[in-house]
Amino acid sequence: MKAVGWIALNVFRESVRDKVLYNLVFFAILLIGASYLIGQLTAGQDVKMIKDLGLAATSVFGLFIAVFIGIGLVSKEVERRSIYSLLAKPIDRRHIVLGKYAGLVLTLAVNLSVMTVALYAVLAYMAWMQGPLAARASETAALDPAMLKAVALIFIELAIVTAIALFFSTFSTPMLSAALTFGLFVAGRFSADLRNFKDVVDSPAAATLANAMYWVLPNLSGFDVRSQVVHGQWVPADYLVLTTAYGCLYISILVIAASLIFSRRDFK
Amino acid sequence: MREVLLAKGTGGTVGTCALIALLFAAAVGLLKLREQRYPLSRTDADEEAMYLTSGPALRRLSVGYSSLAADLYWIRAIQYFGATRLRLTKDSSRQAPASPRESAYRLLYPILDVTTTLDPRFNIAYRFGSIFLAEPFPGGAGRPDLAIALLEKGLREQPDKWEYMEDIGFVHYWWRHDYRAAADWFDRASRVPGAPWWLQSVAAVTLAEGGDRRSSRIMWEAIRESADLDWLRHEAERRLAQIQALDDIDVLQQKSDSLAAPGTASTGWDALIGAKVLRGVPLDPSGTPYELETGRVRLSRRSPLFPLPNEPKRVGPPS
Repeated sequence: MKAVGWIALNVFRESVRDKVLYNLVFFAILLIGASYLIGQLTAGQDVKMIKDLGLAATSVFGLFIAVFIGIGLVSKEVERRSIYSLLAKPIDRRHIVLGKYAGLVLTLAVNLSVMTVALYAVLAYMAWMQGPLAARASETAALDPAMLKAVALIFIELAIVTAIALFFSTFSTPMLSAALTFGLFVAGRFSADLRNFKDVVDSPAAATLANAMYWVLPNLSGFDVRSQVVHGQWVPADYLVLTTAYGCLYISILVIAASLIFSRRDFK
Repeated sequence: MREVLLAKGTGGTVGTCALIALLFAAAVGLLKLREQRYPLSRTDADEEAMYLTSGPALRRLSVGYSSLAADLYWIRAIQYFGATRLRLTKDSSRQAPASPRESAYRLLYPILDVTTTLDPRFNIAYRFGSIFLAEPFPGGAGRPDLAIALLEKGLREQPDKWEYMEDIGFVHYWWRHDYRAAADWFDRASRVPGAPWWLQSVAAVTLAEGGDRRSSRIMWEAIRESADLDWLRHEAERRLAQIQALDDIDVLQQKSDSLAAPGTASTGWDALIGAKVLRGVPLDPSGTPYELETGRVRLSRRSPLFPLPNEPKRVGPPS
């Protein structure tokens, strides 16, 4: 298992070398710029909008990192032929896959942590600048700790997307992997529609297929509690636990499947 | 040798940066020149195009980022309302539209509808949106029916939101002059747990003295005290100042009429000041002088309180 840690650290270092963390600068500029502009454009909803923007940007930036680095985790090594030197070492192939995955999840965790700190910093500044009347108008406090619930579920969702990208990366080209990962992400966000498919089609076979797909595809819509958190709606602890547990199980399935494919793959 | 190469390298970078800056300046210059020769024209069609009017469709297209999309639509609603209002108030000769379809604010409700479909708990979009819709033309869309529809949509999402019920009552009271419906909504709002105590008295006063200036004053004072938004508090203060101006005009009109000889219509305040009826030129609550022309006292068009609201017909006994 020590090898997993080393590989993970290596993936993290590589992403730093690839200037992945530069997105944090863009995130900070986006938030600071938006906080100024939104103040000029809206009628006392600055804090709500910065929360919406900050959480959405955290998710989108994370999504791009998860997809575009995730798809190259294995396929890039194969393309560069550096996979041979890795396979020559006494490391289990499954550990390579697990290490790669852990490394990218670590990168995402660092990214998300810094983005969350930046979001809270901008909100603290806005709370300091706005008067007590504007604060009273907000549904939630500017520095509402409940936002961390949304960030936590964004992280789990991104970890699933990373697992999907890694899974496709073990047997497909980067372009196709990116298309399939994005496709699954969108399908996952709309999976609830598949549940109601039987109400709009007459064919029982199509309805059964749609129902089966609903259970098989990743249900990502459940990870989106951003709106509830911004509007001060309570997100129960057992909902968070159940959703996180579902996410962890789905990740396990994908990583095990990716390890299996990678273990059996012939690189000659 | 290394230093020479480094110096050359630094010089090269500075030169390249200077070249980029120069080319950028030239591009901006060319753009300016073209815009001088061929000015940009913004037609109404450009400004008032709304390509996607279906909220549910936009909700899907936003792939889970519907709150952010709602924020963008809300910003657009404010820009659209502000720009249209500014354009119409500049052109004060513009008459009220013959039919609602031709209204200059025709996109306001669809934008607000999309905003509240994308984020059904967007509190401010319902509350401000209803004010924008209910305000009479040209200050607003002059559509109290749509204002009520928007607030009722909000109530379907949050049935215990007493603020929306209060706003519906307000639209009935002020813009539809339906005091019974207004009182019903104020009463309904007052029964929601957590609603302020004064809603019950507003409901009672509305039913007894709807249309009376006193009940309007009570209502605006209640709104001013409970407003949690600067804009709403300022609006309530402006309305209270308008009610004060209406009272002032009545008093001044009485004084002017009592002094004027039968069959004459005085212009200007000199006669009243000379007769020591007034100490000086009377000022409205904003500090702008009232005008007296051909025997009628009125608010100056220069006053920020202009135009004064049309007073609804009274119900109930006089106060």
